Amino acid sequence: MHELSIATSIVDIAWEQARQQGGGRVTGVTLRIGRLSCVHEDALRSSFDLVTEGTPLAGASLAVIEVPVRIWCGPCNAEFELPGIQRFACPACGHLSGDIRAGRELDLESIQIAPDQIAADTPEAKQPEPS
Amino acid sequence: MIEPRILEVRTKILKKNDELARAMRREFESLGLLVVNMVSSPGTGKTSFLRETLSRLRARGIPVAAVVGDLETDNDARRLAESGAPVRQIMTHGLCHLEADMVQSHLAGWNLADLHYLFIENVGNLVCPTSWDLGESVRLALLSVTEGEDKPLKYPGLFNTADIAAITKTDLAAACEFNRELARANIEAVRPGMRIIETSVKTGAGIDEWFDYLAEKRRALEARTA
Ligand SMILES: Nc1nc2c(ncn2[C@@H]2O[C@H](COP(=O)(O)OP(=O)(O)O)[C@@H](O)[C@H]2O)c(=O)[nH]1
Ligand SMILES: [Mg+2]
Ligand SMILES: [Zn+2]
Repeated sequence: MHELSIATSIVDIAWEQARQQGGGRVTGVTLRIGRLSCVHEDALRSSFDLVTEGTPLAGASLAVIEVPVRIWCGPCNAEFELPGIQRFACPACGHLSGDIRAGRELDLESIQIAPDQIAADTPEAKQPEPS
Repeated sequence: MIEPRILEVRTKILKKNDELARAMRREFESLGLLVVNMVSSPGTGKTSFLRETLSRLRARGIPVAAVVGDLETDNDARRLAESGAPVRQIMTHGLCHLEADMVQSHLAGWNLADLHYLFIENVGNLVCPTSWDLGESVRLALLSVTEGEDKPLKYPGLFNTADIAAITKTDLAAACEFNRELARANIEAVRPGMRIIETSVKTGAGIDEWFDYLAEKRRALEARTA
């Protein structure tokens, strides 16, 4: 369950970023997850709910942008998206390539911040704030 | 009404670990120390292969050490210590992978400049260790002949981050009707161009090739930092 460690890092970064921006409540996070990153989305969601419970991030939404693998094919002199992750072969010519250009992402892309008083009025803000 | 704001963050989620691992690698490499992170399923033969590696390198007078991650026991550390090499246990208490700070904190007191090789036996798991850089210069993925040839296709993420693969327990290949060509093709499919060695601690197969690889990597590292 390495998703728990990942969820903890997401919360730490989101919290720190919101604080640097002068506070406000984090109501959502958007991730970019490469298909090679070995993250199980359902496990990550449950972990995220678990680690945010009882914190100011409780109830925050989690959006995932899945990033397919892209390889560079030398013979074709072009970059290609792969349909899967089990064969790193150029879809055009079949050449095997270890030159990976995308697909290993494990990034926090953006966070959604609601000003505290607005957040208190929105329906998602059911959790009482420990202000 | 004021809408919630979207703040672009564009940050690596494992940034803290990545940064620490990078700093550790810089230090290791500047000291001429080659660090190897060993990953595989439980039971593939990491501890056996590592014990053999430590014993034989020590017999050649090469200074080596190891740290081993284990969920709850220190069995592997005790087996590895039989080689006579310094060995430390990292008890993960249920965590399914090692992280860079756990490795760093277990190196305290060792004079790293005196070592040529440091081996890290990761927790037996083919998924979780993938994303955690431990500051290693070489990641070794192991696969035994008893596990089935399609392991690399089931866990491409892990094999794809490896620098070298070892097929272990080749002494059992015939009994397991192991299809060597297929296994090699599957590794090649998920990590084109990766070096593959075939090893057995029973027959000693592949050990010399492994040592040649290590020596070559260490020479390259010394040339880079010279
Ligand atoms: N026949 C044979 N058995 C091996 C070999 N390497 C390991 N084993 C056996 O496989 C089992 C698991 O090995 P171990 O090193 O503990 O695997 P680990 O969990 O990956 O560290 C043990 O019973 C070993 O004796 C080998 O090369 N040949
Ligand atoms: Mg072991
Ligand atoms: Zn091509």
